[in-house]
Amino acid sequence: MTTTGTPALAFNDVTCRFAARDGGEAYTAVANATLMVQAGEFVSVVGPTGCGKSTLLNVAAGLLAPSSGTVEVFGERLVAERGVNRRAGYMFQADALMPWRRGIDNVVAGLEFRGVPREAARRQGEDWLRRVGLAGFGDRYPHQMSGGMRKRLALAQTLILSPDILLMDEPFSALDVQTRQLMENELLALWAESRKSVLFITHDLEEAIALSDRVVVLSAGPATRPIGDFKVELPRPRDVSEIRMTPGFNELHREIWNAMKEEVLKAYARQKAA
Amino acid sequence: MKIGKFKLTVLRLLVLGLAIGVWWALTDPGFLPPIYFDDPGRAAFFFGKPFRVFEIIINWFVSGEIFSHLGITLLETALGFIVGSVLGLGIGLWLALAPTASAIFDPYIKGFNSMPRVVLAPIFAVWFGLGVWSKVALGVTLVFFVVFFNVYQGVREVSPTVIANARMLGASKRHLLRHIYLPSAMSWVFASLHNAVGLAFVGAVVGEYLGSAHGVGYLILQAEGTFDINTVFAGILVLTAFALLLDMAVGLVEQRLLLWQPKTSETEPV
Ligand SMILES: Nc1ncnc2c1ncn2[C@@H]1O[C@H](COP(=O)(O)OP(=O)(O)OP(=O)(O)O)[C@@H](O)[C@H]1O
Ligand SMILES: [Mg+2]
Repeated sequence: MTTTGTPALAFNDVTCRFAARDGGEAYTAVANATLMVQAGEFVSVVGPTGCGKSTLLNVAAGLLAPSSGTVEVFGERLVAERGVNRRAGYMFQADALMPWRRGIDNVVAGLEFRGVPREAARRQGEDWLRRVGLAGFGDRYPHQMSGGMRKRLALAQTLILSPDILLMDEPFSALDVQTRQLMENELLALWAESRKSVLFITHDLEEAIALSDRVVVLSAGPATRPIGDFKVELPRPRDVSEIRMTPGFNELHREIWNAMKEEVLKAYARQKAA
Repeated sequence: MKIGKFKLTVLRLLVLGLAIGVWWALTDPGFLPPIYFDDPGRAAFFFGKPFRVFEIIINWFVSGEIFSHLGITLLETALGFIVGSVLGLGIGLWLALAPTASAIFDPYIKGFNSMPRVVLAPIFAVWFGLGVWSKVALGVTLVFFVVFFNVYQGVREVSPTVIANARMLGASKRHLLRHIYLPSAMSWVFASLHNAVGLAFVGAVVGEYLGSAHGVGYLILQAEGTFDINTVFAGILVLTAFALLLDMAVGLVEQRLLLWQPKTSETEPV
């Protein structure tokens, strides 16, 4: 994966400032961030909590207009006021399912909005429920599912539309280790087959290395920006549980962790002081 | 301490029997020595006699006289509820999604809501006559605000993440209205269903009571005109029983409509 052609997603000098509610000082969450995701590339973003990872994804999704800077999607400028990023699917960090729809109706919601006939949508929906391990749970409402089941439902809901760009905000953090590895492998298989561009956010450095072509490290907030960019040249196809045992993996882990450590401590000290 | 179902029913019936017994004992002429009224027939004149009341109720149902009146009251209730709900839903959705309009109308909505709207009944009688529609109008003014405020709340309560997710999934403005705002608002409306139906019923009966030619409220009004206290009580009892039935029916409907909402505890004992 080299840098050829137009990137699927490009942040150019993006800054996000949040106005304070009570007339206080504005908070600069992200400052002068420049970041590319090539077409077909799997990029993970790691960084301490509260540094602005979700903010970056919201900007990429076209849900949030940056205070300055631009975002380009396959070479086209994204303008949040004109609507969301139509080529991206977004798996949110928070619960985003429609609580009044049953599982299957949540999964096919996107198809429904696109006017796909009911029968065809349902068939695809059932298929996706099976792929995320929820076959037979389609007629449950979200509140009748566990947190992990809801996450997998959200995954099916996003992937069923086969978006060119996948924005994923800590999608697997609510899952147990086994299910998590199953889902990670499933995601890798899917990505290998369709070569989507993925921007993947996680707290978990091991997960980031196991899945990605590139790991981007963000500095602690405020004024977050990328401070490290590491190529992961581990062979594919990978199995996420096996790749963790390889020497190359450990070396990379140590290297990235050294870059991160300081930022994590900084963020921790700052939040404790606040 | 948990009480058995059968025992509970028996105890409840006992309370009812006791209440009727006391009523009877205090109003039966000559049963008790006069305590308050000098004339032994006086208590019955003010408070009626339970068995006379039941006789009237049975007669109403046997002769079938009551059904047309109940039918009219029910029709007014239903119309008041439907028209009030539709208006509340429509205007509630509109104002909740249009901040400017909402800011303009806000003081007037609050004003109308604080007004004791029963005073409008005579005006409605002048506008719509003494028939069904003046009662429907009163019911509408009562139901509208309950539904309106719940719709408003329902729209504002939708999680921004759910909206953002729907937009990312390709929802247009119309989709958002139909698949996000409406279901959320409806859940709040359903939650206030008991309240709304109850108020529609109040609107109908009060409207009838203030001037009409049909309905259970009219029966009560007429009996009061001739100091027939037994018939007044009979009418009140029929209304109460009817309101209870209506409330039970609403409960059944509600159970079906609010399936998707979590209840506090749903595990089934083994
Ligand atoms: N709408 C907002 N208004 C004000 N401040 C905000 C807003 N959204 C986010 N922030 C602030 O911006 C910073 C970054 O938030 P963000 O949600 O992007 O963090 P994150 O990196 O995703 O954290 P986590 O890993 O815990 O999910 C935080 O300090 C947060 O308080
Ligand atoms: Mg986040």
